Amino acid sequence: MSVNLTLLIVMGALYACGIYLILERSLTRVLLGLMLLANATNLLILATGGYAGLAPLFSKDTPAQDYNDPLPQALILTSIVISFAVTAFMLGIIYRTWVLARQDDIQDDVEDLRVAETPSFDAEDDAEVPAETSEFPLTMLGSDGRNVSDHGPSGADAGQETDQPVATLVAGGREMPAEHAAAEEKPGSLNVDPSPEGGGK
Amino acid sequence: MNIASFAPLAVVLPILGAALTFLLIRHSRAQRAVSIALLSLTLALECLLLASAWNDGTAAVTIGGWIPPFGIVMVVDQFSSLMLVVSSAVSLAVLVYATGQGMADGDHDAPVSIFHPTYLILVAGVSNAFLSGDLFNLYVGFEILLTASYVLMTLGGTGPRIRAGVTYVVVSVVSSVLFLIAIAMVYGATGTVNMADLAIKLGELDQGTKTLLHVMLLVAFGIKAAVFPLSFWLPDSYPTAPAPVTAVFAGLLTKVGVYAMVRTETLLFPGDTLNTPLMVVALLTMVVGILGALAQSDIKRLLSFTLVSHIGYMVFGLAMSSAVGLAAAVFYVAHHITIQTSLFMVTGLIERRGGSSSVDRLGGLAKLSPMLALLFFIPGMNLAGIPPFSGFLGKVGLLQAGVQLGTPLAYALVIGGVVTSLLTLLAIARVWNRAFWRRPTDAEHPDPVLLAPPVARLSGPGAKVNNTVTLLPRTMVGSTAGLVVLGIALTVFAGPLFALSDRAARDMLDRTPYIEAVLGDGTSVPGTTAGGGGR
Repeated sequence: MSVNLTLLIVMGALYACGIYLILERSLTRVLLGLMLLANATNLLILATGGYAGLAPLFSKDTPAQDYNDPLPQALILTSIVISFAVTAFMLGIIYRTWVLARQDDIQDDVEDLRVAETPSFDAEDDAEVPAETSEFPLTMLGSDGRNVSDHGPSGADAGQETDQPVATLVAGGREMPAEHAAAEEKPGSLNVDPSPEGGGK
Repeated sequence: MNIASFAPLAVVLPILGAALTFLLIRHSRAQRAVSIALLSLTLALECLLLASAWNDGTAAVTIGGWIPPFGIVMVVDQFSSLMLVVSSAVSLAVLVYATGQGMADGDHDAPVSIFHPTYLILVAGVSNAFLSGDLFNLYVGFEILLTASYVLMTLGGTGPRIRAGVTYVVVSVVSSVLFLIAIAMVYGATGTVNMADLAIKLGELDQGTKTLLHVMLLVAFGIKAAVFPLSFWLPDSYPTAPAPVTAVFAGLLTKVGVYAMVRTETLLFPGDTLNTPLMVVALLTMVVGILGALAQSDIKRLLSFTLVSHIGYMVFGLAMSSAVGLAAAVFYVAHHITIQTSLFMVTGLIERRGGSSSVDRLGGLAKLSPMLALLFFIPGMNLAGIPPFSGFLGKVGLLQAGVQLGTPLAYALVIGGVVTSLLTLLAIARVWNRAFWRRPTDAEHPDPVLLAPPVARLSGPGAKVNNTVTLLPRTMVGSTAGLVVLGIALTVFAGPLFALSDRAARDMLDRTPYIEAVLGDGTSVPGTTAGGGGR
């Protein structure tokens, strides 16, 4: 009686292939990898049963040490049933992924991508010219963003100077008209378009 | 005839219920009645088991009359029976909540008929894992609950759920394979998978083999418990599932992993060999988890990150391997199952009422529904550990044990624990301020549902009442309120509960009651004095 070297080598090969396959991005390959891992583990359990012996069917004439250890085989049976169920379920999921997305790849988490793409820039806190949101507006920036100028507020000027160049402020790494910035900061405004300033909060 | 010999019924009853509800798949009302009745019966039985464990100590049931080292045993001790009672109470509340949601939605959103059998199988798996006195049976319990959870996670088969389900299934299967490899190695080294027998035989192995087996088991359980480096899958997969499913997963599944870690540490590998790495891992879990929570705007994801973070507290209590620390950890597990589940249930209600679970879209809920605000506020403050609540008591217990231990690492964990608690308060307070406190018009992208109510109010009282009933069904609010009240009860009866967890911790560190209950009186337990009396 000796250790079955072939089984051990097969087990090692199965583990290696299984681990390689579960690192793939294609779901079918991941499933194949999981199946290989499960089968390699079954061989490992078999190896823990020790040397090969007689079938564990009791007969009076056989000395106890000649029998094979039956427990690992019972464990393997259970684990085969479990991996069968999981494989069937995974196939169902893969089919569903194919129906929904027409691809076999593992897809990225949308929320993770959103967090990753969120700029560190915050329009409210980081703008060079603070956009006015307080209840007591500073005189230099009107609530509609139109009176941004060095001249100071003057009702008479506002009517005339329509041809004055549009006041701008730098926000979100680009220059934008101050009027737009003020409109975005107005409470209750529907910023349906979330990028690039509005959605990152 | 001891009441403890009925312990297998805690597994058998839910499975029976699963079979019955599967037969009744076309009769949703009968399904509901059967599943709620059988789960209530299970809960009543488990309360009796807890009483029996409190009065008569640890008891073991041999299945099929096979003598312990060879056959399968189920062990009822104070820790496992406490876990059974808390988990069944929580699953019953979630079941009522889910039926309420199913009835309110007219069962068109998801195939709810498959929900009941699967849910009961999940409960059976959890009970089996808690009761198992056998490493392989523990694996089977894990597989039962995981397979049920795969189905629940992908219920309805929508795109996001399938995407999240893939991650969840693959990670779970890999952790199960690791667990199975560990079992095979344990069997190869000792020739047994009975946990009481292992407790004796593992002690006779040389240190290297012992450490290898110990690490393999801890990694397998660490994935299931979502301990820091192995926790990446949890916030990705939990939030997309239906609200009741997320609630029960958050409450129970990670705690089964923690339970298995506690058994590994106390019963199989007593001694301090891996305490230092465990403490470091606990600190990282707490801090990294809560920092992740602060970055989230979706309440479900935020709560998933706090779930990861608070697993760190339990690992902290476990890693101290002192009676005080372990008792606090046991108390904290019971507290956290209840609180985390009720928070996820409230979030489900918020999503129904406010149309979204993102704090960017919510606002003014405190005025719209003061009841909902109260239901969120109490468990939220409890989770953050504000003084009168059980979260505070559990954390104080852990911090006391940490200070008592007195090593620099323990002090680092004490500080980390306090900081995590404060940051949890910050995260919860941000949700509170944005979703409940501010005006709906102040939200970044307010949900139309929140801006609608004045219109509903104008259109007459009848229309308004009708509106509220569909948005917040009474069964859902009632079951959530029930669980919140259970959380408050944990605070009020914290004295007896701490006494129970203290006894459970002492018995676990002593190991003799467990081993003698399984292998018979007079079994020589090696290292008992070093394991229990000294510490």
